[in-house]
Amino acid sequence: MSNVPADLKYNKSHEWVRTLADGTVEVGITAHAQQALGELVFVEVPEAGRVLKAGEPCAVVESVKAASDVYAPLAGEVTAGNPRLRDEPETVNTDPYGEGWLMRLRPAPGALTGAALLSAADYQKVLDAEGG
Amino acid sequence: MAFIPHTEADVAAMLATIGVARIENLFDEIPPDLRVKSLAGVPPELNEMEIGRLMTERARADGVTLTFIGAGAYEHHIPAAVWAITTRGEFYSAYTPYQAEASQGTLQLIYEFQTMIARLTGMEVANASMYDGASATAEAALMAVRANRKSKSARILVPTTVHPHYRKVAVTTAANQGLKFEELPYCTAEGVTPAASLARYDGQDITALVIQQPNFFGCLEDVDALTDWAHARAIQVIAVVNPTALALLKPPGEWGSRGADIAVGEGQPLGVPLSSGGPYFGFMTTRMEHVRQMPGRIVGRTLDTAGHPGFTLTLQAREQHIRRAKATSNICTNQGLLVTAATIYMSLMGPQGLARTAAAAHARTRELVAGLTRVPGVRLAFSGPYFHEAVLQLDRPVAPVLKSLSSRGILGGLDLSGYFPELGHALLVCATETKTSADIDRYRAQLSELMQAARAA
Repeated sequence: MSNVPADLKYNKSHEWVRTLADGTVEVGITAHAQQALGELVFVEVPEAGRVLKAGEPCAVVESVKAASDVYAPLAGEVTAGNPRLRDEPETVNTDPYGEGWLMRLRPAPGALTGAALLSAADYQKVLDAEGG
Repeated sequence: MAFIPHTEADVAAMLATIGVARIENLFDEIPPDLRVKSLAGVPPELNEMEIGRLMTERARADGVTLTFIGAGAYEHHIPAAVWAITTRGEFYSAYTPYQAEASQGTLQLIYEFQTMIARLTGMEVANASMYDGASATAEAALMAVRANRKSKSARILVPTTVHPHYRKVAVTTAANQGLKFEELPYCTAEGVTPAASLARYDGQDITALVIQQPNFFGCLEDVDALTDWAHARAIQVIAVVNPTALALLKPPGEWGSRGADIAVGEGQPLGVPLSSGGPYFGFMTTRMEHVRQMPGRIVGRTLDTAGHPGFTLTLQAREQHIRRAKATSNICTNQGLLVTAATIYMSLMGPQGLARTAAAAHARTRELVAGLTRVPGVRLAFSGPYFHEAVLQLDRPVAPVLKSLSSRGILGGLDLSGYFPELGHALLVCATETKTSADIDRYRAQLSELMQAARAA
């Protein structure tokens, strides 16, 4: 069984979404995703103010042998990229659901309810189907 | 690495393993209408003896000329050891194998090359080379657009004093990728780009400013003022530099208060013969903060599992075999053999040797300018300092003068009237350390004679 916290939403491309108290959301990659990539050596996060469409590539996570795009799980405006990842990209490996968050977004009107995000149980099914 | 060709049996075994009948079938996925049916315009093949004879005849047709043309390619003395070592079997096949780390010697040489180029430019990191100075300039513009995340405009300011071929290659390479190149005017009295002329861009979104030093006219730009102006407006600075000149001039890493962001240039002066225009190589350096936006390969030094030092390709996640369409470029180890020659040239010359070469080239060019401007009807076009090239203005069209000089065995310089019509009958001349006082006097005497003869007629 992978580490899939029950209180988060997910999508099939292995990003997670957490709704914060102020109505913004935090986005990161799942424990499964960081494990598949291996030790991260570089993370590029979007600048605050950038407006994203759902499904748009908005960050890059790079390990020694691979680099992958991270896709916006929902439409919105970036309020912050995680500044810590510039010097400590491995935080995504050690704490993917906490200190290793990638960006915070202010969802576009209706984007949060309209986004086809998965529950923890459904994301676990995706992992099981992938053999993870 | 030994060169071990496949036998027919090897090829048959490989094809059988993947279930393909003939090598030709590997290309089945290319639609037939995209295939070239015939190579129209390509002459029939010649054997080695025939091609040797043809090329010898063509070389003889060039004759042995005394050349005073620079304009981006410079005749320097190349110590005999440079190409004797470069063409040794261990170096001659300079391309890295697919598992690059199997060629530790090649990787070490590239690592040394990167180190030398980074030190020469005063920058933090160099790649393993580019095609030439022009394509390196184009790649630098593309890189600046990736690296300057504060700018959304992809507007690149390019002084008219940048080599006209470099400007053209940059437009050809990058215009279809959305980059907009805008020319900056120069001062026709001094041949440089006045920093004051940039004021009209204040408050606009500009991605990068290109600065060539020395510029195409051989003149020295006020690189500190231009760099500081750009950086105060979050505009990145792309330096285009001559590697020989860097032995004397301030390196781009020290321009202004922060230094250039990217430095590129033509590597030909470092041990590569003129050979009718190529092959040459380009170089590119940057600061570590931009390294992931830099195209091309980078070799790093590391320790192997037994703790021994070794060399490896690094930062490969930027490259096409991993990043596919999003790679920073399709450039690889690139001009390996020329990089090998340049590395050997630089190690033989050392910093002192390169500085002596640069100082001698500058002194010869001053001597040339002094001699030629004594000829009635010849004057120096610009008043500012220059390195090893200068623009002269004649009292008559340049092309016929150059033609007459050529028939007397002298290549007298580059006619600028096609590139810079506003300069009138302008001629770009260059003298490197390869020219003697007698050579320069011969040029002066011939020019004087044919200009007087024309006047008398």
